[in-house]
Amino acid sequence: MPAITFIHSGGNTDHIEASDGESAMQAATRHGLDGILAECGGNAMCATCHVYVDDGWLARLPAMADDEDALLDGAAAERTANSRLSCQIKITPELDGLVLRLPERQV
Amino acid sequence: MSAASSASTGGPPAVPHLDVDPFAVAFFTDPFPTHDVLRDAGTVVYLDKWNVYGVARYAEVHAVLNDPATFCSSRGVGLSDFKKEKPWRPQSLILEADPPAHTRTRAVLSRVLSPTVMKQVRDRFAAAAEERVDVLLGKRSFDAIPDLAEAYPLSIFPDALGLKPEGREHLIPYASLVFNAFGPPNQLRQDAIERSAPHQAYIAAQCQRENLAPGGFGACIHARVDEGEITATEAPLLVRSLLSAGLDTTVNGIGAAVYCLARFPDQWQRLRDDPTLARNAFEEAVRFESPVQTFFRTTTREVELGGAVIGEGEKVLMFLGAANRDPRRWDEPDAYDITRRTSGHVGFGSGIHMCVGQLVARLEGEVILSALARRIARIEITGEPKRRFNNTLRGLDSLPITITPA
Ligand code: HEM
Ligand code: FES
Repeated sequence: MPAITFIHSGGNTDHIEASDGESAMQAATRHGLDGILAECGGNAMCATCHVYVDDGWLARLPAMADDEDALLDGAAAERTANSRLSCQIKITPELDGLVLRLPERQV
Repeated sequence: MSAASSASTGGPPAVPHLDVDPFAVAFFTDPFPTHDVLRDAGTVVYLDKWNVYGVARYAEVHAVLNDPATFCSSRGVGLSDFKKEKPWRPQSLILEADPPAHTRTRAVLSRVLSPTVMKQVRDRFAAAAEERVDVLLGKRSFDAIPDLAEAYPLSIFPDALGLKPEGREHLIPYASLVFNAFGPPNQLRQDAIERSAPHQAYIAAQCQRENLAPGGFGACIHARVDEGEITATEAPLLVRSLLSAGLDTTVNGIGAAVYCLARFPDQWQRLRDDPTLARNAFEEAVRFESPVQTFFRTTTREVELGGAVIGEGEKVLMFLGAANRDPRRWDEPDAYDITRRTSGHVGFGSGIHMCVGQLVARLEGEVILSALARRIARIEITGEPKRRFNNTLRGLDSLPITITPA
C-alpha cells in the first residue's frame, strides 16, 4: 500500500497508508487526519482539501483540470506553484512516499 | 408497515414492495422510523403508492448520485417524468439537465458562486449576522423561524443576487412551490401549483437582466452572455435556479441548526466554548436534519443496483435524509455532534449535480452560528415547535425561543 507523509503547518508529520485508487484526501480523512476538511466530499467544489505538494513530487502528479485550477484561486490559504486539491490526487503505486504539506487553514 | 416481496422467478433477488408514502404528512411528522424500515428492507425497494423505486442506504444513494449517465436528471428530479408529462414550468437548465448540456451551465454557476466570490461577500454576510443578533438580543423572546432562520438569509441573499426591493415577499412562497412540485400529485403539490401564477410572474420579471443590480450574482450570470458562454434566453433561467434553490434551502438549513443547538445544550456549550466550530455545527445540522430530503432520478437503461435489477425509464427516489443517518456509514447516526467528520454526507447531494450553492449556504451558516455563539449564553425552547410540510424540504414553521445574553 502506498504511503503518504502529511506535514502539518506546525511541522509535525503523519505517515499514513493509502489504498490503491483512493484519493489523497480520502486516505487522509479515513485516518482522521486534521488539516483536511473536504467539505464537498471530493467533488472538486470546495477547495478545503488544499495541499502543497513537495517539490520533488509535483511533476509526477497528473496535470490539473480547469475546475481544480479555478478553485485553488479561492483557497483560504495562499496559493503557490505547489498547490493542489488532495481530492484530485489519485494514489497509485508510483506515488509511494508522496509528501504533502498542509496549509495553516482550509476555510 | 407491511413488506411483501414480488414474485421471484429465480433471477435477481426480488425487490421488496413497501406501502410507505414518503410524501404524506404522517411521514413528514416523524420520518425516522420509516427511514429505518426503508433501509432495512433492502438495497433497493419499490414504493407501490407512487410506483417508484427507492434507495435509502448511503451506499446506493451515493452510487445513484454518481452515475448520472444511468440515473439521469433531464427527465425531471421530481416524480413527474418529462418524457411523458409536460413540466409544470420550463425545465431547469442545470438541475434538470444531463451532460453535455449540464456541463456548460454548471460551469457558469460554479464560477458565479466560487470560493473566490465567497471571500468577497464574507464580510458583508458576517456584518449582517451581527446586526441580526443585535435585533434578537433586543427581543430576547421570539420565534426563531421567521425572526432568525428566515430573516437572516432574507437580509443578505436577495441583495447578493441584486434583486429589486419590491416583490421579495414572493421569494419564499415561490421556492416552497418549486420544492412541493417535485413531489407526487398530492394536495401539497396541487395547492401550490394552483396558487403559483403571481409568484411565477414575479420570478420571470426578476430574472431579466434590466431588473438585476450590477455586481450581483444575477448580473454576473447575464455577463456570461457577453462572453458567449450562454445565450440571452438561457441567462434568465439560470438566475431562476438561484431564486428557486438559494433561499428556502438555507432558511431550513439555519432553522435546522438552531433547532439542534436549542435541543442539545451540550452541543451548544461546545460551540460556546469554541465558536470556530460554527461551520461544522452547521454542516452537521445539514446531515442530521437534511433540509432537502429527497430527489428523483430516471433510469436511461436497465441497470443492476445493489443486486436488484431496475428497468429502463423507471423513477428512482433517493432518500438523502435516510442515507445521512445510515448506521452502515455513520457512527451514532442519530446523534447531533458538532465535531463529527461530516465529509461525505449527501445533504448537498454528490457528484455532478452536488449543490452549486453549497459555499453560500456554509458561509451563511457559519457566520450566523458564530455570531450567536459569541453573544448568547443560553437558548431555551419556550413553546411547541411546529413543522412546515413540503414534499421535498424538511423544516419548522415555528420555534419559539428565549435567549440569554452572554
Ligand atoms: C442548506 C442549504 C442547501 C441545501 C441543503 C441544498 C441542497 C441541494 C441538493 C441536495 C442538490 C442536488 C440536487 C440533485 O442532485 O438533483 C442541490 C443542487 C443545487 N443547489 Fe442547493 N442546497 C442548498 C443551498 C443552495 C444555495 C444557497 C443555492 C444558490 C445560491 C443553491 C443552488 C442549487 C442549484 C442551482 C442546484 C443544482 C445544481 C446542479 O444540478 O448542478 N443551493 N442543492
Ligand atoms: S474535497 Fe472539496 S475540493 Fe477537494
